[in-house]
Amino acid sequence: MSPRTNDSANLDLETREKPYLDSNELIINMGPQHPATHGVLRVILKLDGEKVLGTECVIGYLHRGVEKIAENRTYTMFNPYVDRMDYVAAVSNGLGYCEAVEKLMNVEAPARAKYIRVILTELNRIASHQLWLGTHALDIGAMTPLFYTFRDREEILKIFEKYCGARLTTHAFRIGGCQYETYAGFEKDVKNFLSFVAPKIDEYETLLTTNRIWLERTKNVGVISAADAIALGVTGPVLRASGVKWDLRKAQPYAAYSEFDFEIPIGTNGDTYDRYLVRMAEIRQSLRIIEQAVNGIPEGPIMAKVPKVIKPPVGEIYHSIEAPKGELGYFIVSDGSTQPYRLRVRPPSFVNLQALDVMVRGLLVADVVAVIGTLDIVLGEVDR
Amino acid sequence: MPNFVMSYLGSTVTPGEAGNQFWALIYVLIIFTGVSVAVIAMNWIERKALAHFQVRLGPMRVGPHGLLQPFADALKLMLKEDIIPAAADQFVFWVAPLIGLLAAFTVYTVIPFGPSQAVSDMNIGILFMLGVSSLGVLGIVVAGWASNSHYPLIGALRSSAQMVSYEVAMGLAVVSAVLMTSMNEKGTGTLSMIGIVQAQQQQGVWFIFKFFPLGFIAFVIFSIAMIAETNRAPFDMAEAESELTAGYHTEYSGLRWSLFMLAEYAAMIAVSSIAVTLWLGGWMRPFANLLHAPAWDFIFSLFPGLTFGSLAAIAFVGVTRMPAHSFFKIQRIGLAVFAALLGFIALLLLAIAIVGRSADASLAARFNEGIDYVYWFVLKVAVFMYLFIWYRATWPRYRFDQLMRIGWKVLLPISLGVLVVTAIVGVIVS
Repeated sequence: MSPRTNDSANLDLETREKPYLDSNELIINMGPQHPATHGVLRVILKLDGEKVLGTECVIGYLHRGVEKIAENRTYTMFNPYVDRMDYVAAVSNGLGYCEAVEKLMNVEAPARAKYIRVILTELNRIASHQLWLGTHALDIGAMTPLFYTFRDREEILKIFEKYCGARLTTHAFRIGGCQYETYAGFEKDVKNFLSFVAPKIDEYETLLTTNRIWLERTKNVGVISAADAIALGVTGPVLRASGVKWDLRKAQPYAAYSEFDFEIPIGTNGDTYDRYLVRMAEIRQSLRIIEQAVNGIPEGPIMAKVPKVIKPPVGEIYHSIEAPKGELGYFIVSDGSTQPYRLRVRPPSFVNLQALDVMVRGLLVADVVAVIGTLDIVLGEVDR
Repeated sequence: MPNFVMSYLGSTVTPGEAGNQFWALIYVLIIFTGVSVAVIAMNWIERKALAHFQVRLGPMRVGPHGLLQPFADALKLMLKEDIIPAAADQFVFWVAPLIGLLAAFTVYTVIPFGPSQAVSDMNIGILFMLGVSSLGVLGIVVAGWASNSHYPLIGALRSSAQMVSYEVAMGLAVVSAVLMTSMNEKGTGTLSMIGIVQAQQQQGVWFIFKFFPLGFIAFVIFSIAMIAETNRAPFDMAEAESELTAGYHTEYSGLRWSLFMLAEYAAMIAVSSIAVTLWLGGWMRPFANLLHAPAWDFIFSLFPGLTFGSLAAIAFVGVTRMPAHSFFKIQRIGLAVFAALLGFIALLLLAIAIVGRSADASLAARFNEGIDYVYWFVLKVAVFMYLFIWYRATWPRYRFDQLMRIGWKVLLPISLGVLVVTAIVGVIVS
């Protein structure tokens, strides 16, 4: 049992001058059972009326000890566990892990495997952003986009299901490449999806982008400056919306990303609306990448030569990729055995969540919900 | 039949005005039943329409196309455990939903479904209506306070602040419509709901088109304010699900919760009725003064029957499109019976329209007239109810401070301006 109670909440608040008419501050628990905290996040809010004076995030309700589990599993056995961290972008998690171990073992996946990885990862990025858009809009009160995005996300999940048999926790990749060759008609399915989803993105935008209420609810809400964002270690679309052109796909190209032509969309104000625009633009860029990848997919093997029993040499490695939510890094220490000595995950959601307090101070309760939504956290990844 | 029963049939005034308490009671019962049925129907329609906006099917399992879903829901809510939180103020917690319900239903005593189709014609009708319908917020505030919990409290405070900021603009918009009623030879206006519709009849124009665009602007202001008044999307921050879990009724469950829902829908119908009465000609059919030949009267009086006829036709098409599997046999039969019922009502209405087409004082003619009035009134209200659903499907929720800003800084000045300009134009014209 946590000894923390509402009254003992240690909120780091600036001392305020006592107002002429004294009023009691209200401390309320938002979550862990709350429709808008995206799972089991608990935010302790200190309110003056509706104004937020401070917040404290309480996490750990979904802690499963993924990093500790890694120490008791072989490298191959641990592979499916990473899917359970950010369960809406499982493919990205798998890519990061496989590439990290490959780097540690000094093997490289074949070109065809890299292309398959890029296609699936970018599809997953679209799926993740679609889910974000639906839930974010629902938090702000627009019910309908949720159903539109889920309808279209279904097409991506169908492709995953046909490729590897799973829809969400895909376990799509293996250390050294991919286990499965693409199924017959994979390229056609992906191309069909591209032409199917492009007008749907416009459809979401007609509901929201110029919607007056949407603009009022998101513009200048949850502003974070580029300096603050960098200081807090924020990555991904949240960082790019503040105007920092930082995308690991360009900065430290991995998989086959150096071979594709795409842009990094950035924002200017760092507010919720910019983050919305950045993510919408990212979906379009992902479509571009997928189109290039599926047209230029080379023939060849899909699996590099890796031993049956994976035993990386003694050493340590940090490898990070650009997951839909930001920089997803794996730090692996190998003692030369079949199991990692230590595995540490740098989850983007966990780090981005630290920006919540900076972003919501002085705003209203309704904005807390909007900001939690715009940070695009997944509690499975925050708590691991 | 006793004389006091017969005496009222064929009368052209409301039972309240005729002092006929027996018929007043009958009307009260009819309206109470009618509104309850309308709320149940609205529940189903909202779920279905919302589902179709959102590429879903909505309820499909309980009854054909989920037609029995509201009854299943009602049964479930009645059977649920009645929970009163330990920390709540028991009596106030108990009484809060009743206040809301009472306020929502009391309003219907003055709503004119026709020149004599109302319980009573109060000479301060519109004032009574605004006053009583604002009382509904008391139920919300009291519910939030009595729950003794944080989220309901915030929801209740939001609701009261919301009401204060919208009531003013709403009232001013209403006053500008009331001003228009005084555009006659005597220069005397009226606050009576029936009088307001009759004024539109005499002036030959619905007030929405009067002094265009003044009437229209007032109407739009009222339409916005009435959404805020009834706590519906996009102004539903009192029960904003994603922020306050369920707002003021977070601690409520079962039957008590359903009373809140009943009150909300009843209030929606009530405010829509005010809008229809004030700006859309109440019970008057479209083009009442352009196409006033008896032949047109007859054609328009066929509309109720035809409406039910087309609903029956849609239901029959639904029957033919049902899956042929034997699992669906009961559903097919159920939908066919429903369609037959609608068809029967359609035939009945058409028969009345044909028998009662002469404009004499016969009972059939009076009945025909009454049906027409109620039909056009309900149809206009139904348009508003559809809009309520449409808004909910389309828009995000306003933030609390933005809502206050719109109320005080946008709607209030505009409605005040409209009022002043209406007065000036009225003086110049007369």
